[in-house]
Amino acid sequence: MNADAPVGDEIDSLHRMVYRPISQFEALQEANRCLYCYDAPCTKACPTHIDVPAFIRKITTKNLQGSARVIMEANPVGASCARVCPTEQLCEGACVLQKNAVPIRIGDLQRYVTDFARDRDLTLFSPGPSSGKRVAILGGGPAGLSAARELARFGHTVTIYEQKPHLGGLDTYGIVPFRLPVDISLWEVEQVRKLGVEMVTGVRVGQDVDFNHIVNSFDAVVLAVGMGTVPKLNIPGEELEGVWDALALIEQVKSGLFKGSLGEHVVVIGAGNTAIDAATSACRLGVPEVEIYYRRTQREMTAYPSEFNFAKQEGVGFHWLSLPKQILGQGGRVTGIEFLKARFAEDNNGRPVPVPILGSEFVVPTDGVIRAIGQSRVTEFLQSSGIKTEHGVISVNSNGQTSHPKVFAAGDCIFAKGHSEAMVVEAAQQGKIAAASIHRFLSEKNG
Amino acid sequence: MADLSVNVAGIHSPNPFWLASAPPTNSGYQVMRAFEAGWGGAVWKTLGDPIVNVSSRFAGLNWKGSQMVGISNLELITDRPLADNLREIREVKRAFPDRALIVSLMVDPVREQWHEIVKQVQDVGVDGLELNFGCPHGMAERGMGSAVGQVPEYVQQNTEWVMEVAQVPVLVKLTPNVTDIRYTARAAVKGGANAVSMINTINSLIGVDINTWSPTPSVDIMGAHGGYSGPAVKPIALHMVSECARDPHVNVPISGIGGVSTWQDAVEYLLLGATSVQVCTAVMNHGFRIVEDMIDGLNNYLEARGIAAVTDLIGKSVPRVTDWGRLNLNYQVAARIDQEVCIQCNKCYIACEETAHQCIDQVPQANGKTMLVVDEEECVGCNLCAMVCPVEGCITMTDVSTGVASMSWQQRQAQTWTDVSL
Repeated sequence: MNADAPVGDEIDSLHRMVYRPISQFEALQEANRCLYCYDAPCTKACPTHIDVPAFIRKITTKNLQGSARVIMEANPVGASCARVCPTEQLCEGACVLQKNAVPIRIGDLQRYVTDFARDRDLTLFSPGPSSGKRVAILGGGPAGLSAARELARFGHTVTIYEQKPHLGGLDTYGIVPFRLPVDISLWEVEQVRKLGVEMVTGVRVGQDVDFNHIVNSFDAVVLAVGMGTVPKLNIPGEELEGVWDALALIEQVKSGLFKGSLGEHVVVIGAGNTAIDAATSACRLGVPEVEIYYRRTQREMTAYPSEFNFAKQEGVGFHWLSLPKQILGQGGRVTGIEFLKARFAEDNNGRPVPVPILGSEFVVPTDGVIRAIGQSRVTEFLQSSGIKTEHGVISVNSNGQTSHPKVFAAGDCIFAKGHSEAMVVEAAQQGKIAAASIHRFLSEKNG
Repeated sequence: MADLSVNVAGIHSPNPFWLASAPPTNSGYQVMRAFEAGWGGAVWKTLGDPIVNVSSRFAGLNWKGSQMVGISNLELITDRPLADNLREIREVKRAFPDRALIVSLMVDPVREQWHEIVKQVQDVGVDGLELNFGCPHGMAERGMGSAVGQVPEYVQQNTEWVMEVAQVPVLVKLTPNVTDIRYTARAAVKGGANAVSMINTINSLIGVDINTWSPTPSVDIMGAHGGYSGPAVKPIALHMVSECARDPHVNVPISGIGGVSTWQDAVEYLLLGATSVQVCTAVMNHGFRIVEDMIDGLNNYLEARGIAAVTDLIGKSVPRVTDWGRLNLNYQVAARIDQEVCIQCNKCYIACEETAHQCIDQVPQANGKTMLVVDEEECVGCNLCAMVCPVEGCITMTDVSTGVASMSWQQRQAQTWTDVSL
């Protein structure tokens, strides 16, 4: 059977997994195929440096608990990453078998092992002896959880402030359930909670609690606030019913709150992974025709190749070099969207930018428009703190330290274009780095 | 964390995993790296009069894509000066005082030579000595190694000479190249050995290059028999360990050697009576790092069963090893095939039909597939079908005993004898 074949008709389409789990039989065969490289390229390619050969060898010796420990030790959100990492660009892309054979299915094996740990709800870690130091973490997404897990293991008392009812960030709210079911993310949250980490939910920093007050009341602070909503397209018609923020839509779909219908035809603006998630969600919600319009081309899109292929398999159509001009409506509802065709020109720095071709307008009749053109920055609350930001991105040094010595940052809120990838696994690693730096900072302060 | 520490005749080790005396323990650099990786002990490569080695030295047996299921080895004892080895041994012991550092020794079967080397080596502060009466190649041609180890009287004599001056525990490492290892083990004990280790390598000629017609490993165009080790020898070693473990005359601890690659292998050795295990081929294949999973896996195994100390495993299966004549002839198992997981490869069918007892039927199904069905009346319970089945858990051997009281061949013979005498 093809491992990529969707299976499980008994589950509703929103929860039918993109990839089925690997069986024990397959897992053992695959694990035994691993060469157990030394200084392994897969481990180097993983942003959190999971000791991949070690966790795979433990599958062959049926030490699955030990295997789970190896994975989760390096990556506190390793169960989520097993499902959402672009493994073909990371560990599997680096596998030495890539050259002469087929790379080891590392992602599937990682999922097999973390499923084992989840099914048995294994407790893999314990908190360190108390240091008496208190650390606040703003934001309970992958970066915040990762930092919290590490800080708790160092023995620090950790409080996470989260604006949503649950922790997990995009893993819980922003990645479609057929790629990442919510249970996975919430299990990772529980793993952190079990270490004694306090989790305060429904609290928005800057509104419900003053940032400077937090900085003054804790020994150190981690900013892991992620990013915000999808920005407006800034074209006429965005107020119409039927225009969606992709993340808001995915959140509703994932939490089961979405009721009703998106209509017969939906247009998604943007070609990143969230655009793919929104488009494929629409497909699985029963929309017969879903089309992605992007102002650049396939070459520039930020969606992973595997995601692009998945979307095409789900029936999503792609249109390149299309600039939205206005959303059309009738009676307050979307009826269509007007685009301009684009061509590439050079900007002042010689980089290609899409520019509209005059007179190339065309209208696409549609029932819905989903915008998925990235996320806005949410750093206004830092304005009075004096913490340096650049274009809304929090500035940090290589230790994750901001311009304020006791404030550190990790995750999407420090993600600046062209520096690293805004991946869950990157956020996890940055959380670890921030935690290690804070531990050093607090230990030095002590000594 | 379970207590993994062991005590082999007074040699204390934080875990039962030792490196065997072999190429991986040739130098202080190597043993230091091994101890950094977590090995509980190491038996230093055999010291004696330094030799000259050949090139090449090893050859591996690969089987269906698995590399080194066995290796054959032509390397002899140390080729480095005794003084260098002794200096490094002292340094290693100083850096890792909590590990078991044992030194393997081999000299001519001469009392004075044994006295001299034992004194020199124990002076640098080792935890134990292991007498190499097992090396089957090269050294045996010079009257040492297995040339001594194959003759119980020589084993006893040489051990006695060592015990006259030994101030640390002494293990005698036995050769498997004998008919019944208990005789040489008993001789070692009679000679005063504090423990025995087994097995050394097995006489082997691992292969011939069918293009050049030279035996492998080849030296120039020639070959000679070597010492065989690795996963392939484990069953032979387990048998010998269990034979000694249940022999009342071999009443000393056993260090088990032969194909140990995983924590599961170690558990088997301990259950059959070993107190520690020694590893060589697996680290030659993968490096010292494999000990991490050995320790982790063993600990998880013990914790999952609520066993506080690894020593609680030692010998637990020994009472279940017996002679054929004591096995219950009235016990009966039969194969059951789980049709849900069967993939219809038909391997069980052909194995049974042609090489066992013709008790699996191919039953055509309406969907064009073939269902494999066991005729339980005919099934003798040989296990072969379950062994060839590629799907774990698909074929289960199920107890179908009829409740008739246990009866062994020995009991039956005794009964027959009684009947006749009446």
